[in-house]
Amino acid sequence: MDWEAFLLSIELGIATVLCLTPIALWAGRALAYSEFRGKGFVEALIALPLLLPPTVVGFYLLQAFGRHSPLGQAFEALTGHLLAFSFEGLLVASILVNIPFSFQPIQRAFEAIEASVREAGAVSGLSPLQVFLRIELPLAWPGIVTALVLTFAHTLGEFGVVLMVGGSIPGETKTIAIAIYDRVQSFDDRSANIMALTLLSISIAALGITNTLSRRIGRRRG
Amino acid sequence: MADTLSRERPPVHVETGREVVSFEARTASPIPLDLAFSLRAGEVTALFGASGSGKTTVLRTIAGLWRPAGARVTCDGTTWYDSARRIHLPPHRRRVGLVFQDYALFPHMTALANVMAGLTHLPKAEREARARALLALVGLQGLEQRRPAELSGGQKQRVAVARALARDPAVLLLDEPFSALDRAVRVALYGEIEAIRTRLACPIVLVTHDFEEVARLADRVLVLERGRIIAEGDVGTISARSDIPIIAAAAEAGTVLNATLAEVLHERRLAVLATPVGRLLTSLLDAAPGARLRVRIPSRDVILADRVPEGLSVHNVLHGTVAGIVARPGAVADVAVAVGEALLRAQVTEDAVARLGLAPGRPVVALVKSVAVTVPGA
Repeated sequence: MDWEAFLLSIELGIATVLCLTPIALWAGRALAYSEFRGKGFVEALIALPLLLPPTVVGFYLLQAFGRHSPLGQAFEALTGHLLAFSFEGLLVASILVNIPFSFQPIQRAFEAIEASVREAGAVSGLSPLQVFLRIELPLAWPGIVTALVLTFAHTLGEFGVVLMVGGSIPGETKTIAIAIYDRVQSFDDRSANIMALTLLSISIAALGITNTLSRRIGRRRG
Repeated sequence: MADTLSRERPPVHVETGREVVSFEARTASPIPLDLAFSLRAGEVTALFGASGSGKTTVLRTIAGLWRPAGARVTCDGTTWYDSARRIHLPPHRRRVGLVFQDYALFPHMTALANVMAGLTHLPKAEREARARALLALVGLQGLEQRRPAELSGGQKQRVAVARALARDPAVLLLDEPFSALDRAVRVALYGEIEAIRTRLACPIVLVTHDFEEVARLADRVLVLERGRIIAEGDVGTISARSDIPIIAAAAEAGTVLNATLAEVLHERRLAVLATPVGRLLTSLLDAAPGARLRVRIPSRDVILADRVPEGLSVHNVLHGTVAGIVARPGAVADVAVAVGEALLRAQVTEDAVARLGLAPGRPVVALVKSVAVTVPGA
């Protein structure tokens, strides 16, 4: 078991969830409540990372993070090191590829709240903030937790993009998924197996949680 | 409970008949509106019309959930909405109570918490007691801890009414509140609304497409069509308007009259009602003399004659003159007969119109076969 890689993956997962969830709460709610021209296009764009081969995403991110791009130059000027092949670069990549896993459950959760229930909150004298905190958040909660769990589990398992953007620098960009690949390459099947089993049980647990929560949404509406 | 309600109500609301809400809207799109009306304290105003007539839009505008391009809403001297002056008081700062068509209860909260959510204007310590009192008012004591999913349709509706009353509204808005309920529950709830209405001095607006609800609950009716008021008046006057298709089409079209119980004839086992068409006899009913009642006379149960026939089983024979005749599909005609201060509707065949030579201004005798009497609040 490569503990360094395992802890790095956990760290990346937590950082991704912490950065992405507030954005997803705002954007998912906005998408759920508003109708505008080009909404379908925006939704398709959000789903894009689901379909795009990870190497393609990784390739473009590498271009964007590199020394020849404005983003890469700005980051290097600011921090003194390159965005590509760094933990920060990995985090930005992880946030981007997790957008569908985070936005979609949250958007669906807010969409499931009847407009009249929100209106009833306002008519009952609750301010927009109170409606959000006391009505929308508790009702959307299962969807929000689903988004957290999916994002976290998916971050642990991401391979292609991480390899392209981060390389495999121990303690910096070598995540558990990469470590498994490394172990298999060096015929260390036993270590690979332990790490693979860990990821497998995390994934099963994640699916169990999300399934239970989505059933709970259904029951509450019943 | 009555004490609590009256104690917390500002004194301005005690007098009835005072204009509380004034509404005006002129806009072409997206939903055309071209109407103005006011709502008076202690009065139930029905907005009656087919779907698409704009009645729900009017209600949502009063509540602040819809902002028409050209409209003005004032309540108790405060401007709630004025498109010209760009004033929009958000819904949570308007004192309105709204009962939604689908009740819109907060599904994650108990009945008690639903009502307490409408009590944010009270100090925290007082909210629970007040919410319990409101739930008791609508007959839900013992069900405080149930969630909406564990309540029947009628119970949900009662929670929605309690929540709407929680804010101590300056105007109570009911958006087709009975449409999702079956008949038996509906009739029980009419009584509930009537009982609440006598305790509240605020205007109540009832949006509906069911004329039976109008007949049971409303004092005044605004008939809406494509955002305009096509007829306005008390329930009796409007129910006689057979020239308005939607009124004529209302199931079991008939005449609705306000009445008081004048006298009880115990030896004949009959009651005498004083109505705008004169005195009507009906079978004994469970009310004391002087009680306010509502009478409904189905137009099929009114027979017209050119003179008073002899030897009749019918008690009620009224003298009047024909005010108007409207032909209906199926070779029948709706005849409006002016009797006393009111119009009585009769449905007769086209053949009868010809045989009797019925025409506006002609004196006729109306024989009333049945009189349905309801006691508001019973």
